[in-house]
Amino acid sequence: MEYVLMKGNEALAEAAIRAGCRFYSGYPITPQTEILEYLSWRMDEVGGEFVQTESELGGINMMLGASAAGARVIGSSSGPGFSLFQEGISYLVAADLPAVLVDVMRYGNGLGDIGQSQGDYWQLTRGGGHGDYRTIVLAPNSVQENVDLTHLAFDLAEKYRHPVIIGSDAAIGQMMEKVALPEMEEHDIDKFHWSMKGCKKGEEQKKITNLLYYMDNYDEFLANKYKEMEDNEQRWESMEVEDAEVVLVSYGISSRVCKEAVKVARSQGIKLGLIRPISLWPYPIKAFEELSDSCKALMTVEMNILGQMVDDVILATGNKYPVYKYTTVKDVPETEVIIEKANKILSGGEV
Amino acid sequence: MELRAPESISFAQTSFCPGCGHGIVSRLIGEVMEEMGLTEKLLTVVDVACSSLHIDTWKFDTVIAAHGRPIATATGVKKIRRENPVLAYLGDGAAYSIGIAETMHAALRNDNVVTIIINNGVFGMTGGQMAPTSLAGQKTTTSPKGRDVSKTGQPFDVVKVMGSLDIPYLARGSVSNLGDIRRTKKYIKKAFEKHMNNEGFCLVEILSPCPTNLGMAPVACSERIDGVVKELFNTGEYIDKEGTK
Amino acid sequence: MMEIISAGFGGQGVLTAGLILAKVAMDNGKNVTWIPSYGSEMRGGTANCGVKISDDEIASPFVKNIDVLIAMNGPSIDKFEKNMKPDGILIVNSSMVKDRQYRDDIKVVEVLANDIAHEANNPRGVNIVILGAFIKATNLLDKDTFAKGIENFFADKGKVNPANQVCFEMGYNSVEN
Repeated sequence: MEYVLMKGNEALAEAAIRAGCRFYSGYPITPQTEILEYLSWRMDEVGGEFVQTESELGGINMMLGASAAGARVIGSSSGPGFSLFQEGISYLVAADLPAVLVDVMRYGNGLGDIGQSQGDYWQLTRGGGHGDYRTIVLAPNSVQENVDLTHLAFDLAEKYRHPVIIGSDAAIGQMMEKVALPEMEEHDIDKFHWSMKGCKKGEEQKKITNLLYYMDNYDEFLANKYKEMEDNEQRWESMEVEDAEVVLVSYGISSRVCKEAVKVARSQGIKLGLIRPISLWPYPIKAFEELSDSCKALMTVEMNILGQMVDDVILATGNKYPVYKYTTVKDVPETEVIIEKANKILSGGEV
Repeated sequence: MELRAPESISFAQTSFCPGCGHGIVSRLIGEVMEEMGLTEKLLTVVDVACSSLHIDTWKFDTVIAAHGRPIATATGVKKIRRENPVLAYLGDGAAYSIGIAETMHAALRNDNVVTIIINNGVFGMTGGQMAPTSLAGQKTTTSPKGRDVSKTGQPFDVVKVMGSLDIPYLARGSVSNLGDIRRTKKYIKKAFEKHMNNEGFCLVEILSPCPTNLGMAPVACSERIDGVVKELFNTGEYIDKEGTK
Repeated sequence: MMEIISAGFGGQGVLTAGLILAKVAMDNGKNVTWIPSYGSEMRGGTANCGVKISDDEIASPFVKNIDVLIAMNGPSIDKFEKNMKPDGILIVNSSMVKDRQYRDDIKVVEVLANDIAHEANNPRGVNIVILGAFIKATNLLDKDTFAKGIENFFADKGKVNPANQVCFEMGYNSVEN
């Protein structure tokens, strides 16, 4: 395997190109700007289209047009800009259009701060915009996964005709690591029966709009689509869960520290395990079926104030276990603190 | 007498109000496409408001874009379907109020799309609220005592705002009388010719009656355009040059 | 695992120095992470990056306990010396930092990097001089392997400059055994 050393954001952008994506429209915002900068020259090189738009609103609505025309499209932003994407995400869902959208998470409400964080979990996993929908959300924890999950995101977006979100963060986006890049793949804009091409005489006109207007069983259709995603698209990685007494639940950059904590704890005789959701939605409920009777508690490790993923762990385990949280807001969690908290849980102390 | 209209725009009942100008513009687009041999190629993007009703009354592949964003969405379509003519069709509320950033920046980038903006002086779909184009003193449901320009500012005039931009075509037509309808068709055709020549952003604003929301009879509503509206919003071609593309 | 911070003024090549370390280590089979300071942290002219090099998987890319600190100026020492591990190595560009007291539980390697780069007729090669000193002081990789790595790094960018090898050599030799 040939490795290159690449920044997470740039590797993600290159992965989009290699997945056949030929349209990007976006706006500068730290810490995702490298995606915009990289694609500004790379799209040109491969004959694709890059537009620096007036805002993320302009960007997402332009992507919607390119998607309707049959292209593989990607957009990226962070916190404040990702909020502006929400209008278009809701419209993409309504019109059954594929798109890949990246939130390189930064910290905080409002303007917040440019440092890494996992504060957009609720926005990403609950829909985010107005209406009645979810999106598949993939959470990479390495530069390599930025590449692998980007490719997967395009395939899933197409399979379900639905936006797919990559919930990355500033640390994964800004860091460099070794990465193996996939081969270049071509995408044929004429391969979909539903995309805009021009209406020939005698053909049925393409109407790219809210399915609600033309589909008698829209409620059933949409419910089934999400059921299918929940059945087929749960993704996770488990580590030493079988006999674990405390199971950590963590994704993205935090999960790397949790992995280390499991190894260190085990070497000290502490039975720690880890469930790392790779799909934040659909939440990997199946992963929790592997918990054994030895499990005494779960603890989410996440970078926000309120402990956002705790909700989903409680839902996934049906109140069978106590669920604790270790929240670090802007800083990456510490191995020692994870082990200390696990010890407190096991000895019945305050966490 | 034989009635004749392009097949692309006459296959279904429209749901526009009696006396509305949208239907006339639809026909003009259909005729221009037929004359240019582009009927089977045109891709359109319409706004969610009254413009959206076209999706069921013309037979072109159509996206209904979010309110105010049709031009951005049309740019996205055109970037991928480079051989097809692409039309953004929206009202004055969409283009000059909520979507002013998208309108302005598509023009600044000289995006290669044809944009038709229907100026009827009100927000039509939501029931006749004040629009950026409502005239001074015009009574609407949100300016019941008449538009007070000391608070709302002056009516938006696209020619003043965009007339100095480096775009190939900017014209204002009207569908309030036969002569203007004929001239407006020429404007639309010229816009599409320049578009197919990849010259860039071509904008045609069209003054159009909205009898329902102005509480007027159709003929009176058209006469108002010819009498009052055109005093402020003159019709004609304002930019007509080879673009930068 | 080796945890490194490379810090200095913008323009002194500290990010590139860290990048070369990461790249050459990766090409020699190591796991590496490199992460820069960015955004408003960059304003005001200081820059730094954190590099981790390990045979095992690396958890967080953020460097907290520093094994080796490359300090190209005084403010870098003000900021990072306190985070160094006992017995850590501080490589100081002593062309820029003079007459300074250091912690007595760390090893300080002073390199007249600007002067050496000037002498090598390659004033932009200050960071390469420092890397020479780094390799001598840390034994991260053997000298020839690293020298080849630097050459490849610049060759990939189409910027081959033989003076870089001179800078590396002189930096290496400036450190006493």
